[in-house]
Formats: sequence, C-alpha cells, structure tokens
Amino acid sequence: MMSSETSLKKENSSDWDGGRSPFAMSWGKMYMWLFLVSDAFTFSSLILAYGAMRHRFSSVWPDANDVFTHFPFLHGHIPLAYVGLMTFILIMSSVTMVLAVDAGHRMNRKSAIMWMVFTIIGGFMFLGSQAWEWYHFITGTEGGKMVDGVMMHGANLTRNEYGHPLFADFFFFITGFHGFHVFSGVVINIIILINVINGVYDKRGHYEQVEKAGLYWHFVDLVWVFVFTFFYLV
Amino acid sequence: MEDNKTHSHTTHDVHHMNVDDHHQPSNTKQIWKTFWILLGITVFEVGIAFTSLPKGLLKWTFIGLTIVKSYYIVGYFMHLKHEKPHFAWVILLPFVLIIYFIAMLICEGNYIGSLAGEMLK
Repeated sequence: MMSSETSLKKENSSDWDGGRSPFAMSWGKMYMWLFLVSDAFTFSSLILAYGAMRHRFSSVWPDANDVFTHFPFLHGHIPLAYVGLMTFILIMSSVTMVLAVDAGHRMNRKSAIMWMVFTIIGGFMFLGSQAWEWYHFITGTEGGKMVDGVMMHGANLTRNEYGHPLFADFFFFITGFHGFHVFSGVVINIIILINVINGVYDKRGHYEQVEKAGLYWHFVDLVWVFVFTFFYLV
Repeated sequence: MEDNKTHSHTTHDVHHMNVDDHHQPSNTKQIWKTFWILLGITVFEVGIAFTSLPKGLLKWTFIGLTIVKSYYIVGYFMHLKHEKPHFAWVILLPFVLIIYFIAMLICEGNYIGSLAGEMLK
C-alpha cells in the first residue's frame, strides 16, 4: 500500500493527477475559505438590497454626513471622523492578527499570545464603538423632527428623524449583522488564544488553527471596508 | 486500518507543505507596509469627502479605492496572493455573479423610483 503510493507520487507531476492535495492546503483551511465566500454573498445581498432601495428613494434618502456627526468628548458637526476611527481600530486589529499568524508560522508561542491578545482588545474596542454609534443613532438629536404626526428623536425600525425609514432598517440590519460577526470573531479568537496558551498547537506541530481564525477575522475587516464605503462615504 | 494510515499521512503532508511555504524568516515588513497602504487610503478617502469635487467623481473614486483596499486585505492579510492560482480562481470567480447582481438591482431601483416619480406628477 505505502510503496504503491510513493511510486504514484513520483510518476505524477501535475497538481491534478491525484496522490496529493491539488491546492496544497488542508481541508479545514479550504472550507473556511468556502464558508467566507458564502458569507460574502450574504453580505453582498444585504448591501445590494440597500443600494437598490437607496436608488429607489434617492430623493428622500438621508445623507450619512448629516446623520453620523458625533465624536466622543467633542461638540459640533463632525462627520466621518468617528467612523474613520472605527475603521482604523479594525484595520489595526487585522494587522495584529496577521502578526499572530506570522508568529504561529515561526512556532513562536509567546509572540502569538501577545498579538492574539491585542487582536481581542481591538475587537472589543470596535464593538464598544459600534454600541456608541447605535446609541447616538437611536437617541438622535435634541431638535428632532415631526414624522407622521409624531415628534421623533432618533430612529427605530418604523420611523426616524433623518429620512426614509428604510435607511434606519438597513443601518440596523447591516451594521448589526456585521457587529455580530465581529462578536463571533472575538469569541473564536478567545477560544484559539486559550488553546495557544495551553500549548495545544505546539503539541500538534502547527498553528494552522490560528491562521483559520485569522481568515475569518480579516473577512470581518473586509466587510467593514465595504460598509464604510457604501453607508458613510458614497 | 491501512486506509486510516494513508489518510493521516496525506493530512500531515499538507501541513508540512504549508509550513515549508512560509520558511522565510518573517513577513513582518510586508504586513506593516500593507497596514500603511490601507491607512493611507482610508485617510485619503475621508479627506477628499470634504472637498467640493463633483459627486459622481467622488463616488467612483471611493468605489475604486474600496476595491484597492480589498485587494490588499485579501491578497496580503488573507494570503490569497500566495496560495495556488487555481485556488484563487475558485474563490474569486463566483463574484462575477455579484457584479451582474449589482447592475441588475441598481437599474431596477432607479426604474421603480422613476415610475413612482411619474405617478406623482
């Protein structure tokens, strides 16, 4: 059995002739990628539904720069700064995650632990920022606005002071769905961190599990890049 | 029994290949370079949002820069650039459908919007 396998390997040089993994990749990592493709399709559909409705109601669609204008400890009209900071936090935590994966490749447990901890802190910081952003969106401005004969401060799922109700619906759904992904990512990272601390991957001989968690984490960052563009910039 | 043996053997092989791939000392330099590119693009985007450039030009600049950013995230952070080209195609090709979907839904949204506008007149 073994000898026939080795002879097969010698004869076949192409990736697709069998006897080896054609993508030079473990099944776990490949399935993480395929899951991310399907997840990307889900997010694409959500953002596209948002795009279609925004074009449908383009005359009454609010400008995000008039809605998200707060920054902690500062007063006045400051659009984009806060969400820019959130983007920075998420990109930064993506960097610390790649550094953890890199440390894993070098089997450097201490360094991997340090970068994983930074990544988790970054995740919590982002979730906190998200909560702050939601709080200000929901409570709204002091002035408020009359909507359907009701004085509205802020937003809920049926009406808001900023403009078309679908704007708030998509905001809650898309940033909420993304925020839940971030939350799941933090939980996954904590589980992986515990395994790294316990030396599970040193015993196993490779840190591929850190790499898989990293793929998921970068994907969450990638989705945010799109949310940032289509909700806040464009 | 025999089957089990071969299976574990191939799995081990795959991991071994992965480790060998990254036998360069460390990619830290490339990682930080990617970080500065991503940060630079984001700062640039926020910066030009406050200029009085035409709306259409701004919109397409933002969309273009978003695609540049995703190239760096997927290529370097997620390492797709260093996987086998076959695999990169498996991951990227399905998104052709999304491009089609974008064209379809935006047209549809505009059309229904214009119909509703006509009815108000």
